[in-house]
Amino acid sequence: MEATTHAAPGHAVHTAHHHEQTFWQKYIFSTDHKVIGIQYGVTALCFLFFGYCLMGLMRWSMAYPDKPVAIIGPVLELLLGKDAAPGGRVSADLYNAFGAMHGTIMVFLAIVPLAFASFGNYVVPLQIGAVDMAFPRVNMASYHCYFLGGVVMFSSFFMPGGAAKSGWTSYSPLATLAERGYLVNGQTFWILGMVLLITSSLLGAVNFCATIIQLRAPGMTWMRLPFFVWAQFVTAFILLLAFPPLEAAGVMQLMDNLFGTSFFLPSGLMMGGSTPIPVSGGGSPLLWQHLFWFLGHPEVYVLILPAMGIVAEIIANNTRKPLYGYKSLVYSLLAIGFLSFIVWAHHMYLTGMGTKISTFFQTTTMIISIPSVIILTCLFISLWGGSIRFNTPMLFALAFLPMFGIGGLTGLPLGFNFADLHLHDTYYVIAHFHYVVAPGTIFGLFAGIYYWFPKITGRYMDERLGKIHFWLSLLFMNLVFQPMFQQGMAGMIRRMYNGGATYLGTDSEIGLAPSTIWWNKPISHAAWALGLAQIPFIINFFMSIRKGKKVENDNPWASSTLEWQTPTPPPHGNFDKPMEVFRMPYSYSVPGAGSDFTPQNEPEKAR
Amino acid sequence: MDIPYTVKARPDTGLFNAKLGIWLFLASEVMLFGGLFSSYILLRVGADPQTWPQGLLNIPVGTFNTAVLITSSVTVVLGWSALQMNNFAAYRKYQFVTIVCAAAFLVIKCGYEYPEKFKHYEVWKTDGTRVTGHIVSADVSNRTVRVEGGVTNVVWESGHLEGSPWLWSTKTLNGENRKVLSLKLHPDSTHYAFPAKDHHAAVKEGNETTHELEFKPADIKRLSAFVPAHSTYFAIYFTLTALHGLHVLGGGLVIAYLWGPGARLWKTDPQRYTNRVEVSGLFWHFVDLVWIFLFPVFYLL
Amino acid sequence: MSDTHSIDSIKKHRKIYVAVFVALLVGTVITVLLRMVHFSAFWITVTIALVVATIKASLVAAFFMHLSNERKAIYSTLLVTAFFLVAMMYLFIHARTDVPLDTEFPASKQVPYSRSPAAK
Repeated sequence: MEATTHAAPGHAVHTAHHHEQTFWQKYIFSTDHKVIGIQYGVTALCFLFFGYCLMGLMRWSMAYPDKPVAIIGPVLELLLGKDAAPGGRVSADLYNAFGAMHGTIMVFLAIVPLAFASFGNYVVPLQIGAVDMAFPRVNMASYHCYFLGGVVMFSSFFMPGGAAKSGWTSYSPLATLAERGYLVNGQTFWILGMVLLITSSLLGAVNFCATIIQLRAPGMTWMRLPFFVWAQFVTAFILLLAFPPLEAAGVMQLMDNLFGTSFFLPSGLMMGGSTPIPVSGGGSPLLWQHLFWFLGHPEVYVLILPAMGIVAEIIANNTRKPLYGYKSLVYSLLAIGFLSFIVWAHHMYLTGMGTKISTFFQTTTMIISIPSVIILTCLFISLWGGSIRFNTPMLFALAFLPMFGIGGLTGLPLGFNFADLHLHDTYYVIAHFHYVVAPGTIFGLFAGIYYWFPKITGRYMDERLGKIHFWLSLLFMNLVFQPMFQQGMAGMIRRMYNGGATYLGTDSEIGLAPSTIWWNKPISHAAWALGLAQIPFIINFFMSIRKGKKVENDNPWASSTLEWQTPTPPPHGNFDKPMEVFRMPYSYSVPGAGSDFTPQNEPEKAR
Repeated sequence: MDIPYTVKARPDTGLFNAKLGIWLFLASEVMLFGGLFSSYILLRVGADPQTWPQGLLNIPVGTFNTAVLITSSVTVVLGWSALQMNNFAAYRKYQFVTIVCAAAFLVIKCGYEYPEKFKHYEVWKTDGTRVTGHIVSADVSNRTVRVEGGVTNVVWESGHLEGSPWLWSTKTLNGENRKVLSLKLHPDSTHYAFPAKDHHAAVKEGNETTHELEFKPADIKRLSAFVPAHSTYFAIYFTLTALHGLHVLGGGLVIAYLWGPGARLWKTDPQRYTNRVEVSGLFWHFVDLVWIFLFPVFYLL
Repeated sequence: MSDTHSIDSIKKHRKIYVAVFVALLVGTVITVLLRMVHFSAFWITVTIALVVATIKASLVAAFFMHLSNERKAIYSTLLVTAFFLVAMMYLFIHARTDVPLDTEFPASKQVPYSRSPAAK
């Protein structure tokens, strides 16, 4: 760094930067947390769209199995070849590839980068009164690692044999043996992509923890942090400690794929022959599952916590009163973060574990539902007596509450090992986790976009388009996922390319009821309608950047947190003057105060 | 715009940013190596009895490498402490030793230990016995293409190979261009696979004439060098030591950079430079820490 | 580096570093010599080797990495990490060893799958 004068510790000195930055330095290789936040956001939204498209194709295959995809069938065959998409149909292998990649892309390339990295990078330094993240160059490296990982994942579709098709969970031995015709294939690329993405997340996690611990403005004590910052802090810690075992597992699976090792291949494994495959054996498929889910479970809390943070901010702001139970909220967050590490084997109830260990994980899983309920309850109670403004961010935030409620409650039967015997790997599971992530997290993220858009661009997003987007999305999300609970309970398992037609019951054979399979059609139509419902959002987003209604001042939502105390948009260095914090984050409707909110950095009045 | 606490510590935490950063990163590294060690434990506990190899690694060399890393660990901290006393020359000497130790460790591992493994073999015979040793020579048959007067002939010509080949496996015995007709193996004298001990004892007593054992492909169920594919033992050994080796390389490069081109910072901002040396030293100690567990687990147990 | 250390305290630390260095070498020799001694059970060897390794590691962490006078933020991070590490190792093994009766994993015990229930 070029600084030769030392700022007194704790005071951010605003020195004028005279060096001109090239386009590359300013927009591509920037070290400014706000630019990086936007980079993450734009890239993540692109991947969100791509992941959605994969799902759209999968739903076609489920509703109209073995029929050429409407309109884009020929394009599909052109892009992916006659083996994968014969005659524009989605083959079974291609469906599996779409399934594996839909999950991977949505989780690792869309939601986590958007919720944690994008919103976190932009808002957290602002909310704690800092001038940037603690390690700006590491921040830049983390984005480019993510971008590279995304490129690798995307290009895996064009590898020989197609993209990875062994589920986003990449269970061995299937993941190693599914595509033995080619040494370097889509599965290998999947692992390489994951290694890059994990590296990116680890760098980001270090940055967030260090920033929140070290760069809080004077007066910003831990218990004065906005709840969003707490959520990001716990999320960062989870990522820091949970990702490495998956990185280890990824390296081992890569060795299995490329170097013929048997980390996860048991002895005597046969593959359509009469002699075992020529590997050393002695490995354990369960080892992969343990290592994967050691990350996999904390990962789902990574998916939800930032959204909870966003929702909390918006609720406080739009009820014009402090959040109910700030301390309970914070302690619940910490409890969730801690407990999330010791519940993972509830994904493995059907692997033949004994009763002692099963019961242990069942117990911890039940316990972890308590802090989640506490958080949801506090957010609900926060509405009581509030002066509610029903703008678009608030609508999404409000919808988050019951949607996440449904998602969370439907998780409870899955947490019981005896109930999970029936529900494991069925559409009930899909419905459960999609309720949490889709009308849960994604609604929280939409809320965040509508809420912070004015700070980033200086313009509001259009309210009318926003409300259309909201109501249509809410309707179709529920139409898509609600019937899946019934399908799952009726026994319909996951990952069937033809929607279960293979297992259709007849008079002589037990199987799926025709009505269960019939539901695939309305669900698929609702899913496509959900996509159409995003068009108002996309139009709104791009249109408002240039033509949106301009904000009246730097704090259009009249919020008390620090990110609104900057010019709009915030310049390099963020604040005009060094920030100092005097009060709690949600100083709304304080009796005796001049207005219905007081910014955190406003000193106590002299008496 | 200056980010605070890059050099001076923040009063309430008592840390400067990079120190907290490196410890956070080291926590994640603990989980990374911990995940691999957990895998090792699970694989070993789950292995069939009597199948987990022992004594296949070179203990004197491993011990020497351990001493090398321990030495580098103490020189790193003595170097940093010399910087604290403003003694830049002493720091340079200590850190030079550190870098030499790092290089020595890698050269020994990648230049000697790994290649040795790739030339060391295990033969599973069809009668169920196993022998380990070095291949001394082999009689082979090479596929040759001869063109005689416009006619292309493919003939198999016999040949003889002397010396230790690398990375042979069962597939090598019956390759497209070369078939192995017989191979001579010099068995290890001190190893758990029993024909070796009996054989060397028999040579000593005069019952057998030569130390070498001869195998034909028909006797061989499986041939493998000590490579990751050999067994889960070697798979996890190579994975863990290679990952550790990459960390040695990375850490060594950072320390070398700070010792060399990066030393300019000492003149302009000595406190900041000392901090960087401290932070890189912390990473180096972690690398040493991992080896302190790796060595007994793989070499001795 | 927050406070300035006096030259005397730094010199004292240097003595400690050298002492730890010697201790580490001694520990290494002990572990290698362990192989010479044959204990009644293998797990005794394992325990001693791991205990010695843990002591060596603690010396490196406490003195070389000056963890013994480090701050709360770092301690708490490492404590949490250590807890999760131990939990991970313990639960992985416990899950593997806690299996219902009559279901075991070793290849030697596996029987080929047969559709006919009579063949057992």
